Amino acid sequence: MGSQRNTFVTEFKFLFADNGDVSIMKQTCVAGAVAFALIMAGCNSASNSANAKLENKIRINGAGATFPNPIYAKWFDEYHKLHPHVEINYQSQGSGAGIRQLLAGTVDFGASDMPMTDQQLSQAKFAVLHFPTVLGAVVATYNIPGVTQELNFTSGALAGIMLGKIKKWNDKELTRSNPGVTMPANDIVVVHRSEGSGTTFVWTDYLSKVSPEWKSKVGTGASVSWPAGLGAKGNEGVSGLVKQTPYSIGYVELVYAIQNQMPFGKVRNASGAFVKADLTSVTAAAASAKVPEDFRVSITNPPGKEAYPIASFTWLLIPEKIPDADKENTLKDFLKWMLVDGQKMTQALSYAPLPSEMVAKETAAIPKIQ
Amino acid sequence: MPVETAVPAPEQPGSASRSFLNRLRSGDEVAHFTTLMFATAVILIVVLLVVELYRNSAESQSKFGWAFLSSSKWDPVAGAFGALPFIYGTVFTSAVALLISVPLGLGAAIFLSELAPPRVSDALIFVIELLAAVPSVIYGLLGIFVLVPLLRDPIEPFLARTFGFLPLFQGPAYGVGFLAAGLILAIMVVPFIISLSRESLLAVPREQREAALALGATRWEATWQVVVPYARLGVIGSVFLALARALGETMAVTMVIGNAPQISFSLFASGYSIAAIVASEFTEATTNLHSSALIELGLVLFFLTIIINGLARLLVLSTQRRGTTNP
Repeated sequence: MGSQRNTFVTEFKFLFADNGDVSIMKQTCVAGAVAFALIMAGCNSASNSANAKLENKIRINGAGATFPNPIYAKWFDEYHKLHPHVEINYQSQGSGAGIRQLLAGTVDFGASDMPMTDQQLSQAKFAVLHFPTVLGAVVATYNIPGVTQELNFTSGALAGIMLGKIKKWNDKELTRSNPGVTMPANDIVVVHRSEGSGTTFVWTDYLSKVSPEWKSKVGTGASVSWPAGLGAKGNEGVSGLVKQTPYSIGYVELVYAIQNQMPFGKVRNASGAFVKADLTSVTAAAASAKVPEDFRVSITNPPGKEAYPIASFTWLLIPEKIPDADKENTLKDFLKWMLVDGQKMTQALSYAPLPSEMVAKETAAIPKIQ
Repeated sequence: MPVETAVPAPEQPGSASRSFLNRLRSGDEVAHFTTLMFATAVILIVVLLVVELYRNSAESQSKFGWAFLSSSKWDPVAGAFGALPFIYGTVFTSAVALLISVPLGLGAAIFLSELAPPRVSDALIFVIELLAAVPSVIYGLLGIFVLVPLLRDPIEPFLARTFGFLPLFQGPAYGVGFLAAGLILAIMVVPFIISLSRESLLAVPREQREAALALGATRWEATWQVVVPYARLGVIGSVFLALARALGETMAVTMVIGNAPQISFSLFASGYSIAAIVASEFTEATTNLHSSALIELGLVLFFLTIIINGLARLLVLSTQRRGTTNP
């Protein structure tokens, strides 16, 4: 028994030679049974190769948008599995918080559902690059007792309802685009998000593009001054209130609507076709939009025939100059990985992947990070 | 604890106690200093909070000045911010909450302290204190899934039919709004009122009750005309604490109030409260002016709460004095 024990001790000494845990392991070993020791040895030899790399551990902190948080969490986790020495920590505090923290220098990268404005960029102490990661879309969900068909919405109908000008479900603007559906004569109850959110930004960005009146009266923003309706907190709050309130309409994130099997209408796009939001039509929106060099672009109401008009990128915000070479290389490597392998994971989580042209453009832009 | 046991020590004569006394005295001073530091730390936190809120809201203060308090426009896109609808919503919902919870809470406290057998009273108090420990988001969910549907149909239509001539009960019934927020707040603050009122009712000396009964008062007369007035300040203190809690409640309120910054006299209308808008918009406030206006709202709420807390504290202190000086 004694000699056996010694063998194990030696083995552990060998295994733990690089991190000095020998004394502890010796005790465990002496006290433990043979099987236990074998298990321990097995575990530790597996992670031993990783231990060597852990010496130059790279920790990267990010903060921002909540909408892409599930896919980001998945990516950072998968990336960590591939590169155990890299830990990317992401706090989903909201786009505004992401931008503010990035500019204050408290995080290495930010994330946002809306591109930074020219004013924000000019006020920043350093240049910030935008990298689109996935696409999101916003859909109009409704609850009209007696109507089971999928409704068609024109941009005029959506803007009119949101402005409080279209007051009843049997308004001409609605009946005209929904032939064969008996629209009730009840008052429309509008439900919107109460808290600032990227979803609201995309929704109001679309409305501003299609309705000059909306643009001048309300405008685009994560929080706006709503001309009509009730505010509810979060996608879950809006969907809850819409489900409960007869004759109501609200807007939610596409991912949320799909996962909760909520009814949502088709929207007429810029080329006149009524399009249902799904991952394909959202990616099509990105493909048909003209994307500038810096990727700061709104893709709502794009020209494409198959494009769903209320869609948007969500961005990673990365400083152009990263002083720490390790962090710089890691972020670059992560971006490359995200654009290729990362994109394959998006659909499982109901996010629309980037179109291939975007991937190519972004890959070309990665060397801008210095 | 050692300080308390050491109090009789100076009365002991003898030379040996001299050095003991000195040691004690130095111990006293250490204890004095340490606890003083702790007390100062708490005050320091409050001061820092005010200073930080004040400093970070500088942009909004300089842009809007005092008009911030009286303006009712809140438009983040246009950069126009005013606090009035939020102050109104905060005070209105809290007032509704108190109107409902004070009679309920006081009645329950009277039953528990005066009428219920001790075993029943203890069991009920346990349940009531549990209520106080329920997280507010749970009350919010209760509001969304139970209270709001009930209000939309049948309660609000009934109120509109019956009392529709009053401006309080006019307008479309969506369920969410001031009434829903007030009711949820009432449920949330009632445990505080019951618990604290019961304590002060129990603190009323036995002789007061016996004297009233001896003079021929019925049990109810003794309770309502002698015991409750005697404990009045403690009861008022509990109400003020409940009010302070209602003013600052965030989560449950934002889930049921409708979140529309408007001033309406109807209970059915949607509104917004200070705590709710700060929680809602702060994370996504991208312009400096927007976040600074939200921080200034925090400052406004802070002062509103401080004033009310101060009043409650004064009232509670004066009850205690009454209790000890006129037994």
